[in-house]
Amino acid sequence: MSTPRFYGIRPPGIEDQPFPGRLIVIEGTDGVGRSTQIALLREWLEGRGYAVVPTGFRRSDLASRGIQRAKRGHTLDPLTLNLFYATDFWDRLERHIIPALRAGMIAMVDRYIFSLIARAVLRGVPRAWMEDVYGIALVPDRVFYLDITVEELVPRVVNTTGLDYWESGQDYLRGQDLYHNHVEYQRALLAQYRTLAAEFGFQVIDGGKPIGTVFRALQAGIEEVIEGMAPMGVGAAVRDESLDSAPVAPVVLPAGPKPESAAVEGEAPTAASPFLREAVLPEKGLRPPPS
Amino acid sequence: MGSLRENAYPGKLFIVEGIDGSGKSTQLDLLHKWLVSEGFLVVFTEWNSSPIVKSTTRRGKLRRMLTPVSFSLIHAADFASRLYMQVIPALQAGAIVLADRYVYTAFARDGARRLDRAWLRKLYAFAVEPTVAFYFDVPLDEAIARIMEGRPALKYYEAGMDLGLSRNPAESFRLFQGLIKNEYDQLNREYSMVRIDATLPLVAQQRLVRQIVRPYLDGAVRLENTGIQNALKEHTLSGRYLDEVRLRERSAG
Repeated sequence: MSTPRFYGIRPPGIEDQPFPGRLIVIEGTDGVGRSTQIALLREWLEGRGYAVVPTGFRRSDLASRGIQRAKRGHTLDPLTLNLFYATDFWDRLERHIIPALRAGMIAMVDRYIFSLIARAVLRGVPRAWMEDVYGIALVPDRVFYLDITVEELVPRVVNTTGLDYWESGQDYLRGQDLYHNHVEYQRALLAQYRTLAAEFGFQVIDGGKPIGTVFRALQAGIEEVIEGMAPMGVGAAVRDESLDSAPVAPVVLPAGPKPESAAVEGEAPTAASPFLREAVLPEKGLRPPPS
Repeated sequence: MGSLRENAYPGKLFIVEGIDGSGKSTQLDLLHKWLVSEGFLVVFTEWNSSPIVKSTTRRGKLRRMLTPVSFSLIHAADFASRLYMQVIPALQAGAIVLADRYVYTAFARDGARRLDRAWLRKLYAFAVEPTVAFYFDVPLDEAIARIMEGRPALKYYEAGMDLGLSRNPAESFRLFQGLIKNEYDQLNREYSMVRIDATLPLVAQQRLVRQIVRPYLDGAVRLENTGIQNALKEHTLSGRYLDEVRLRERSAG
């Protein structure tokens, strides 16, 4: 990574110096195989002499317990949950990820701000607000998105963790039918991911393919990202002069919701309208359950 | 700069702001007692008190893990939780909501911690605009003197020790409060806040506050007379345990 770039603002306390490390993000829905791939990538990279620091949601010292406790209760609005996750995100960014990047390591991040944005938008949180808040996020060297179809996803989830309450949108969808809600929620979520993938330039990999195929695709992408990066112990701490002169392209967030996506994003808020929009309810979720 | 969302609910929202030692909480408490005695439906909320968030804030402060950004975000989480659980439902019910500190506290403190001001305003874009925002203006020296009189030791973040202004807590506190006061001065220009001279006698300040609040009370929801006063009088009881009941109700809620 050259000079650190942020989506919006540079937060106080982050120096404007090049980071010799790399920030690699794996995005994708639950059950797509992110953790398996990260485990394989970590072993592969470490075998080549790179130090890898893995991190993911709810692993911060500061907020992980608080989030767990809050999710157990029954009085949690979507904004509070989001700001809790934002706290967790920042704590890890500032205290795990950035120090690793400074030390010339590879930070391997299991889900970044994009999963948080996708989930929140479905629950009626304005996307523009999410992007404003995450203006403090460091722009990764690359975001890999593991895509999958609902039809491929559901059997995997049933076979591994089972259907999760939050990953089925049970906190805001109507009806008791967990399977039905899971399918519809994931369908809507995947649509959000694909929109983000296009707008933020993710490298999209077909996560429906066999593990070995996905792994090879990730390896090829990571080879490009770590090109020119010294493995640890071979002068990683030596300052790479070429980084200093690397041009810093300004990062511009895409403009707010486009008119054609208004059905999903909701209308622009007027001063007096409620901040939260209507949640995205899958059409079928509105029907009364079959009698 | 950003603006807050207009209050489209039937209820009214009065908030107090000011540096530590400005006497704002005392004034809000007096206003609260008066409104209750007048029979209004009143809901009170204070900074950093959300049941689901405050333990995380506490953890971060005790272990000194909070940086300017995480300090800001966790307080925003606390604010969001109280806004959606307490403030908005009460405003929908037509209540008078009293808030001891509001978004301006975040703008002032986080601004003093050098966070981007525009970002802070976007972060709090979901907040409802107060009916009246009172700012209790007090000279720095007087506020410091008031605080130092009654307080055994300053806490790390309270004294702004994380800013590295001074290694002496009292000195750090003074410098930090000065920075916050500068931020408040700017906020007074940016937002329409009602400035109260906090060096006036308590009673004079309260008279002003009530005078400003009164016109907004037309049509505010009043509680049905529960007859508690009559019951106490009839049975010559003082009602000294009633506060306990209210406290229990509040902590259960």
